[in-house]
Amino acid sequence: MDTQQQQQQQSSIQGAKVLMVGAGGIGCELLKTLALSGFQDIHIIDMDTIEVSNLNRQFLFRRSHVGQSKAKVARDAVLKFRPHINIRSYHANVKNPEFDVDFFKQFDVVLNGLDNLDARRHVNRLCLAADVPLVESGTTGFLGQVTVHVKGKTECYECQTKPAPKTYPVCTITSTPTKFVHCIVWAKDLLFAKLFGDKNQDNDLNVRANNAASSSKETEDVFERAEDEDIDQYGRKIYDHVFGYNIEAALSNEETWKNRTRPRPIYSKEVLPESLSQQNGTTQNCSATDDDSTVSAMPLLGLKNPQELWGLTQNSLVFIEALKLFFAKRKKEIGHLTFDKDDQLAVEFVTAAANIRAESFGIPLHSLFEAKGIAGNIVHAVATTNAIVAGLIVIEAIKVLKKDADKYRMTYCLEHPSRKMLLMPVEPFEPNPACYVCSKTPLVLEVNTQKSKLRDLVDKIVTAKLGMNLPLIMHGASLLYEVGDDLDDIMVANYNANLEKSLSELPSPVINGSILTVEDLQQELSCKINVKHREEFDEEKEPEGMVLSGWTQSPATNGESASTSNNENEKAVDVTESSSGPEMASKKRRLSETQPENDKKETENVESDDDEIMEIENPVMVSKKKKRVE
Amino acid sequence: MDGEELTEQETALYDRQIRVWGANAQRRLTKSHILVSGIKGTVAEFCKNIVLAGVGSVTLMDDSLVNEEALNANFLIPPDENAYRGKTVAEICCDSLKDFNPMVLVSVEKGDLSARSTEFFEKFDVVVIGYGSLATKKAVNEKCRKLSKRVAFYTVDCRDSCGEIFVDLQDYKYTKVPCMMLQFCMSILTSLLWNFQQKKLEEKVECELNFPSFQEAVSVPWKPIPRRTAKLYFAMRVIEVFEENEGRKHGQCSLLDLPTVLEIKKKLCEANTVSESHVPDSLLERLITGTIEFPPACAIVGGILAQEVIKAVSGKGEPLNNFFYYDAQDGKGVMENISNSFTS
Repeated sequence: MDTQQQQQQQSSIQGAKVLMVGAGGIGCELLKTLALSGFQDIHIIDMDTIEVSNLNRQFLFRRSHVGQSKAKVARDAVLKFRPHINIRSYHANVKNPEFDVDFFKQFDVVLNGLDNLDARRHVNRLCLAADVPLVESGTTGFLGQVTVHVKGKTECYECQTKPAPKTYPVCTITSTPTKFVHCIVWAKDLLFAKLFGDKNQDNDLNVRANNAASSSKETEDVFERAEDEDIDQYGRKIYDHVFGYNIEAALSNEETWKNRTRPRPIYSKEVLPESLSQQNGTTQNCSATDDDSTVSAMPLLGLKNPQELWGLTQNSLVFIEALKLFFAKRKKEIGHLTFDKDDQLAVEFVTAAANIRAESFGIPLHSLFEAKGIAGNIVHAVATTNAIVAGLIVIEAIKVLKKDADKYRMTYCLEHPSRKMLLMPVEPFEPNPACYVCSKTPLVLEVNTQKSKLRDLVDKIVTAKLGMNLPLIMHGASLLYEVGDDLDDIMVANYNANLEKSLSELPSPVINGSILTVEDLQQELSCKINVKHREEFDEEKEPEGMVLSGWTQSPATNGESASTSNNENEKAVDVTESSSGPEMASKKRRLSETQPENDKKETENVESDDDEIMEIENPVMVSKKKKRVE
Repeated sequence: MDGEELTEQETALYDRQIRVWGANAQRRLTKSHILVSGIKGTVAEFCKNIVLAGVGSVTLMDDSLVNEEALNANFLIPPDENAYRGKTVAEICCDSLKDFNPMVLVSVEKGDLSARSTEFFEKFDVVVIGYGSLATKKAVNEKCRKLSKRVAFYTVDCRDSCGEIFVDLQDYKYTKVPCMMLQFCMSILTSLLWNFQQKKLEEKVECELNFPSFQEAVSVPWKPIPRRTAKLYFAMRVIEVFEENEGRKHGQCSLLDLPTVLEIKKKLCEANTVSESHVPDSLLERLITGTIEFPPACAIVGGILAQEVIKAVSGKGEPLNNFFYYDAQDGKGVMENISNSFTS
């Protein structure tokens, strides 16, 4: 670049107004690099506050900042070495209505440093609506990627399907676990929730494969603790019920176990024969403070190393001790607790419970460290990958500002060189003509219109799969449902009534062949859904009783099926910390077919099979990609 | 087990990265001693990264005084003239780095790196030379190789929006997870699965590599080197020779020097019996006029370098062998293996 070009570049940079979404792992590195590169007007949105586990990489933050807003502290830290630039921070959720299309329109480019699919899709739609280029990114461990999305020129973020959030079939969790993660889900979402969570919530804990005839009233009483019931006794009672009695009841159904390994019931008296109050009456010896949110079972049992594998006895001790501590020290919270990965006692309890269940089912046990990662959907993260990705983002941002469309690249950061490359640039793809987000293609929904309710459609399809925040559903001229602040009571009542009706019973009946229009005004997204009635759905493979399809990969794809059905084989992970990783790179239409230089040829022929990297996003649970295991 | 356990504080702070490389690797990191000489944007990034990673100590050497130019691309220097007047780059950066992770010992060593004795380097596990002269790089590498203890040796150089990293781990044994499995693990992108796989596999492969010295790596005859090797390798060699011949400090050049540089290129190409097109003039021009570092490239190269040092200290993961090149213009970051094996 000669001096004149350099000056022009500097000028585009200095005059640019940039929006950063996310001030975490990537965000800190990005804000720093933007500032050093000469950007002078940066806005940054982040709803989170700083935690200790952030400090290994979010270097703009210090221990003293824990609890404060990430966006604000990041801003202050960067102003220290670039005091004269303008940084505006927003401690808010990017999905808030204040960040509407007009808000996005003021920016020359939007840079994402997010950690969940939901927010990414939301920002994608707003950028399309505002016609503002978007640079997306993600990292996990040593892997990272940066992509550019310019309306009309390249794919939008949703042109390639991302694995949607999945849930495990209920029976796998309640009756036939085969993996440790199933035990974690059971321990966290069933047992923990039942004991310490909202009592009014439905809970599948006592559901058995054969719906045994034993009176549910009896079993309900088990979980309730009588006013002065001895905590030890209560703990053992729960233990025996869930690990002993429930297992025996399940075993009574021969069918279930025909082709499966039988679990073994475990009773407390066999594992912990002595009375616990003799073994470690430590809880009773603790000072009688009522509230202690930092209390922990491990030290009381002499367990120091979270990476150590505990045996059945130790797990059982932790189970009982943790339960005791909840009742002794955190009584007030019982009935209101949700699992939080930073809640040491909750993690201890869930680990122990999951391990005992795993032992029962012959599944390998795991350390607290590992269990915490699974239960908390923790994503491993390091500073270096974030720094590299931030550098790549700024480079793409500069190209966008200069409108250097030929130079836009998707760049993959790999742990192992692929054809000598650790950083691999690939040309972006053209928009997918079948993308319902940027190309307005209609979708197809297979559903039993007589059984499924409008509520199912709203929750499972419109909100979960289509990612709409404030949806509006119309059938022809009839408004079936909408969300908003400006609705009057009659309308709200009407919509609530509609939710409980099956599709074919709605005021404007939705049946085979009906076409629904679904919109989100904030995202300025509108799509059509063609409804097809289907009687039967496979309980295991299609537990939701609905199948949405129609937005497909382009025909040239050789990747996996883009089906959005609840495919057991496709799973995803909630990225809670740093963002997720690279996308499925498939052989697809490239932006430009000409190859003027030899160099270009190399990048264009990048074999997608080499680097099969899946994007992992926000789902309920963890899992493995079935096809490649072993 | 490698000795004392990590403290509770360390486990909490390093949780997310322990899930990447494991507790053993973290322990080794906390005991490692890194020497860093020559601090500009890229090396500042590198230092930030290794301090965050939790190495045992970082010793900084750079006696140049802080001036406005030093502020460019180096976020460790607050732009307050009253604060930095009279201080050296190492001194200011030291204060900033300590802040990132109080558990790391960051200190300053004054003086000329090339004047140090061989014994001096024995204190360290890793030596990183940023923006060094050809002579310094050779001399220090030789001293490191003389020691019975293996000292990992790196050089890094960033000009314009390009970067070069050189790695010398001498005879190096390490473990890695077999490639196939590993690519699969990549495709999972979750630490838990990483852990699952590591547990299940238990079949880490033991590998060994032999690295050529710096002297050898930069003297390799050009002719047998494969055609598609990064041009930056040759361009950097030309510039190295230029700066040595003219007695210039790193980056002390401009467009006016282009004719001299091209002359050197011509001679080198002739001596190596390769055509002049082997080293594009445009690239040389870029490198000698682009005296200011490009911050995004600093972040990228500094990141890659830190990952390498972390791997070398932990003995885990396949190291770069033996050069890395980045060029923001084509966006590629490539590993090149350059040694005398081409001629054998």
